[in-house]
Amino acid sequence: MMLQQINAEALLSVSDLTVHRGPAKILDRVSLSLAKGETLALVGESGAGKSTIATALMQLLDGAEIEGTADLQGAGDLLSLRKREMVKLRGQRLSMIFQDAGAALNPAYTVGRQLITTLRRNLGLSRSAARSRAIELFTQVGINDAEARLSAFPHQLSGGMQQRVMVAIALACNPDLLLADEPTSALDVTIQAQIIRLILQLTRERGASCIFVLHDLALASQSCDRIVVLYAGQVVESGPSEEVLKRHRHPYTRQLESCVLEIGRKDLQAPEGTVPSHDQMPAGCRFATRCPRALDRCAREAPPLTPADPARSDARDHLFACWNPE
Amino acid sequence: MMLDTATTRTAPSRTAPIFELIEVEKVFQVRPPGRRFTREKVGLRALDGVRLSVEKGASLALVGESGSGKSTLLRMVAGLDAPSGGRALYHGRPIREVRAEGPGFARDVAMVYQDARGSLDPRMTVGALIAEPLRHFGIVPKAQEETRVGELLERVGLPADAAKRYPSGLSGGQVRRVAIARALASEPSVLVADEAVSGLDVSTQAQLLTLLRKLQQEMGITLVFITHDLGVASYLCEQIAIMYLGRIVETGPTDAVLNAPAHPYAAALRGAAPRFFEPIPEPLPGEIPSPLDLPKGCRFSTRCPMAQDDCRTRDPQLGTLGAGRAVACLHPLAPSDT
Repeated sequence: MMLQQINAEALLSVSDLTVHRGPAKILDRVSLSLAKGETLALVGESGAGKSTIATALMQLLDGAEIEGTADLQGAGDLLSLRKREMVKLRGQRLSMIFQDAGAALNPAYTVGRQLITTLRRNLGLSRSAARSRAIELFTQVGINDAEARLSAFPHQLSGGMQQRVMVAIALACNPDLLLADEPTSALDVTIQAQIIRLILQLTRERGASCIFVLHDLALASQSCDRIVVLYAGQVVESGPSEEVLKRHRHPYTRQLESCVLEIGRKDLQAPEGTVPSHDQMPAGCRFATRCPRALDRCAREAPPLTPADPARSDARDHLFACWNPE
Repeated sequence: MMLDTATTRTAPSRTAPIFELIEVEKVFQVRPPGRRFTREKVGLRALDGVRLSVEKGASLALVGESGSGKSTLLRMVAGLDAPSGGRALYHGRPIREVRAEGPGFARDVAMVYQDARGSLDPRMTVGALIAEPLRHFGIVPKAQEETRVGELLERVGLPADAAKRYPSGLSGGQVRRVAIARALASEPSVLVADEAVSGLDVSTQAQLLTLLRKLQQEMGITLVFITHDLGVASYLCEQIAIMYLGRIVETGPTDAVLNAPAHPYAAALRGAAPRFFEPIPEPLPGEIPSPLDLPKGCRFSTRCPMAQDDCRTRDPQLGTLGAGRAVACLHPLAPSDT
């Protein structure tokens, strides 16, 4: 597809990723690419398939049929790697931070042990070398009194601290790709700002790329170079953050944006309806049932992703899928 | 409106506030941290000197980080907990006393819980869940129950056939609507909601917020709303009270407070809220301290970017700042600073 032509240097290029779970098609031909050092946000409502993309890339998706490819530079297709090969890549080339750090950490082991195990297994460090590296990492992620905190159990830490531990574990082996699945949606805004800044700073220092799964468009605009908007398992619009949000073409992007309540906003037009369930998915455009601009054609034919403005070089990879764009 | 209750305190009358909290304290007796097998107890001060009044028809947002005492305050207002000190009044009488007299209070003050799904019996249909308060408070004769349930479902934007479904078959947004319908069933004059729209998709959140605002404006319901989202607070509530470690640190009309916060904590909360294409500002350092080990002087001094020497020794009280506002800070920000 065209995405790959543009980004020959891509660190990750996903093409036509399709995921079936039983009769339901959770993801439908999702393509995206990510350059080295770039941050990308996957946004959309629950059920849009944001987290499914991240878990599929990690090969953590059980009980689903997966089609398509996801090439990670120098590692081949992540989706067809054998389990043993994937185990080697996790942590070293790509790693993931989960929404609920408290559930992702093992409650029976101290956080220090969990980090040290990661370091020893992936990097083959000795016990003492791993321990001093763990202290360094804890300090880097802003955990005060790092040495003492190594012997804390997850439940002894606050939500923000648990997420810092997750960041330390995820970045312990300097992966080039970090997947962050709603890393801050369970946290207070002040802690959210701390954690997002921390992730951005540490990935930038390491030259790593980052895919954020977010539901807050304002936060996505603050933290990511590019945005991919998903609706019911399909990409409906993607491109540079400014292009997608300031010159959006897809009515769904506008709808998502108009629901963001910035401080001081008093007008709010609530959208009608909900995302259709998988057994009632429309044949044409999946957004057609809720779309204020829907035409007859929309109900019958699914719109392809098309370039928004081929003439402008900075908008080259701004794509949208709509028959009646804004 | 919410201030200086001491000067405006009057005998219960039609103009008296619905709720009035005067120097309310709540101390929980807990085991010292890390010592699970001791009988010793220490006092955890969840609320400390809270003054607040809620007038009829008002909409008040309680905002603050986890651990600031929002939910404890809400439980006090709903009469679920008694204050350890101070007075919590409903139409001029202690809330717990009124609540003990009979179902009248519970009928008038309805609550929407944070975990809406957890608050609904999974073995009851939506229709039965909504009919339960109708029957309990004797709102309508049994013959009209079904019609009333249908009306309530319609009011919260659910289809009539939802009555036959179980909570497990509903989405997160729909479950919240059921919880709101159930709260409205007793025809309350006050709706008390704990994070009623958090954790939802933005579009579902927008649907619920427009619904709540409509209820507030059309039915004149008084709303006490806990949220951690300042955008939600500014959309839905005319008044705001920002809490930190068991105290109200700033309060007043929402727009005035958020346009020019006087307390550095209010300013930090405003700064941390996501805004399109603004760089993420330097966040507050650290986390909210333990209420078992309160900082000396101003409670916020350990994290405050503007803390001065006296902040670490003197504990500021909530003082008026003109135009219905009040702030608890020794060195409040001038409007030009923000």
